[in-house]
Amino acid sequence: MAEPGTSFRQRLSSALADSLIAAIIAFALFSLVLGLRTEDNVTGLTLQPRPMLLAVVVGIVFVGRLLLNLFVWQAAYPLTTPFAKLFTREPFGKRDIVVLGATAALGAITLIVSALLDAPALELIAVALLAFVGLGLLRRGILHFFPDLPYAQIFIAAGILFAVLFPLTAYGLEKIFNLGLPLRYWFDLSILVLTYVMLGWGLNIVVGLAGLLDLGYVAFYAVGAYTFALLATHFGLGFWICLPIAGLAAALWGVILGFPVLRLRGDYLAIVTLAFGEIIRIVLLNWTEVTNGPNGISGIPKPTFFGLPFSPFAEGETFSSFFGLNYDALHGIIFLYYVILALACLTNLVTLRMRRLPIGRAWEAMREDEIACRSLGINTTITKLTAFATGALFGGLAGAFFATRQGFISPESFTFIESAIIVAIVVLGGMGSQLGVAIAAVVMVGGFEALRHTEGLQSFFGAGFDPALYRMLLFGFAMVGIMVWRPRGLVASRAPTIALHDAREIPGDLVGQGRA
Amino acid sequence: MAYFLQQLINGLALGSIYGLIAIGYTMVYGIIGMINFAHGDIFMVGAFIALIAFLALTALGVTAIPLALLLVLILAMVLTAVWGWTVERVAYRPLRDSFRLAPLITAIGMSIVLQNFIQVAQARGSHSSPSSPAATSCSGRASFTVIVSNIQILIVVTMLVLMTAFWLLISRTALGRAQRACEQDRLMAALSGVNVDRTISLTFVLGAMLAAVAGLLYLLYYGVIDFFIGFIVGIKAFTAAVFGGIGSIPGAMIGGLIIGLIETFWSAYFTIEYKDVAAFSMLAIVLIFFPTGLLGRPEVEKV
Repeated sequence: MAEPGTSFRQRLSSALADSLIAAIIAFALFSLVLGLRTEDNVTGLTLQPRPMLLAVVVGIVFVGRLLLNLFVWQAAYPLTTPFAKLFTREPFGKRDIVVLGATAALGAITLIVSALLDAPALELIAVALLAFVGLGLLRRGILHFFPDLPYAQIFIAAGILFAVLFPLTAYGLEKIFNLGLPLRYWFDLSILVLTYVMLGWGLNIVVGLAGLLDLGYVAFYAVGAYTFALLATHFGLGFWICLPIAGLAAALWGVILGFPVLRLRGDYLAIVTLAFGEIIRIVLLNWTEVTNGPNGISGIPKPTFFGLPFSPFAEGETFSSFFGLNYDALHGIIFLYYVILALACLTNLVTLRMRRLPIGRAWEAMREDEIACRSLGINTTITKLTAFATGALFGGLAGAFFATRQGFISPESFTFIESAIIVAIVVLGGMGSQLGVAIAAVVMVGGFEALRHTEGLQSFFGAGFDPALYRMLLFGFAMVGIMVWRPRGLVASRAPTIALHDAREIPGDLVGQGRA
Repeated sequence: MAYFLQQLINGLALGSIYGLIAIGYTMVYGIIGMINFAHGDIFMVGAFIALIAFLALTALGVTAIPLALLLVLILAMVLTAVWGWTVERVAYRPLRDSFRLAPLITAIGMSIVLQNFIQVAQARGSHSSPSSPAATSCSGRASFTVIVSNIQILIVVTMLVLMTAFWLLISRTALGRAQRACEQDRLMAALSGVNVDRTISLTFVLGAMLAAVAGLLYLLYYGVIDFFIGFIVGIKAFTAAVFGGIGSIPGAMIGGLIIGLIETFWSAYFTIEYKDVAAFSMLAIVLIFFPTGLLGRPEVEKV
């Protein structure tokens, strides 16, 4: 890399050389797999060359790398500094203000142009630019004038308030913004996000607190879902009776699967839990007599409101007739929303309380150093098994909820990718941080879901562009990108559970080495 | 007996493929202590590169099978090596000194990226290879005929040659010494003049090359590939690496053969649906009862 004192000529030539190498590597990477596309024809597989696409991709790599080299990596004054400063308390220099002002102006101009051209994709970019600068400045402004407010608590309180009032705000937002999506969509999305928040919090007990990396968490989710589905369809039991049974069944499986892996450490533990997750899925898939195999189980009942079903007509009273309301399918969905909100809050509450109990402290001690833990007389067998069982319990509860929400389950819902998403939520959120897990769930699942509705992008890239296909690709990139950008997770510090004198924030490096 | 022999041969061929992939896992785990979760998908990418190279050569008029095979092998090894290098550079090197879970997460992310990239870039659905392997049949004593295809012979021979070559590489050359040094103590190796970053990159490159060979052999053997083959095959290859003892190259090979045999015999004598369960249970059993594998060194933790 060039020293700050070198001339522009030298920097340009070294940047050009570096970008050229990157372009050559990109060409080697993509020449066959992107430059040629296999097509299944009547005559067999044929190849369809796509030289333009290849040239564009290699060109993007070359130009992008060149710009980054010139303006960020090798520049005397990296262009990214002012944006990074938005998130610190460092004072702005003249150049920072110029760059930020230029960005805001660019955003404003793009907004005007997009309005003139009626291009929603451009509008999206403009709003993102303006929001980034605006929110960053707002954050700095608030921090400048009120440096000592308990921001984390305010944020959490606001989050809880928002979650509780969400059904009301959803009505309001729909009226104000008129986003063109049915209300039901917003509730379904928020239920999905909350399910992942709950799963993240449940797994956080195992991974974040006890430091046991579990890549097969989805197995407990599946056990909970199938327990409820089988009990409901065979014995006609309702959701509320089955919910604790499903949780306990999952916890039992947590202990059963936890026993053999007691001696394993770190990555070995991860891979064996992954294997267990796959085994359970394969058994569900092939044990047709009980699980109905790949066809799954359908007709799973919805939960009732203290015995009142949400349906237009029933033998006895229904929710709408009891309260004298007109039947609306949304009632049932809003109820589901509050059920999962309550379950998620229960998970969080139990975790927070357990962290203060001896067992919770033993979990965190075991995460930091298992040998030291054993030397101090902590029974690591019990400690590990309780962590597995508690985590699995909440996985099972979430599974039962999933079954009742969907009304239909099949082994396809419980693949490894689900486990990977939940682990990603926990680690990206910042191990052990409850708030971080919630934020990561909203960002990952919400963002993932938002990609479903990118008609703007479609108009940008042409009709052949199917955003749904690129969702998983972007999801994978996001996992890599966030991890490289913030290896400690989004919320990298948290208040210690116990403190001697005053509770100070501890830096993320000291929390949870993840050693198991 | 003939049936048994046939399954033995099938199992050895399958096991050789697992073994080749397992070497990639075992080398990476040995040197930086992480499960390269994306390695199975590197194998899948290698198989796709081999398939496309095959089709391209056929379109260009190279029809002599041995020449085409050789060219495809070289192309697949070189291009897959670039993929392996890139994955390490992008997803693992920035997190070298980070906490232990971070590279595992980026590895899972990379695995998702590779799978979906191939799905997006190539036509959906399974891809069958145009070449049909010829078979040599040896008549058994019973009515059942044991068939050894040329491909199976090719697979086992390739495996033996590559394994010997790698074993020599690790035990005799400067690169192998550098790798073993990094494995034992990365800081001390760096102080003694070993370029640690370069050694780790080369480890990934070598692993990817072997995965490309495995991909080509898989393509020839089964004739059908798909973008999701990397996950299951990768897990089984990792099982093989653990079975043989992580960090040991002959161990990876033996582990691969054993996993291949278990899977084949289970499918032949029990139920084919549960063959993956058999392989995964094997992994759990091995790890629980022989945590260091067959040829691995015991891990000693100093306090």
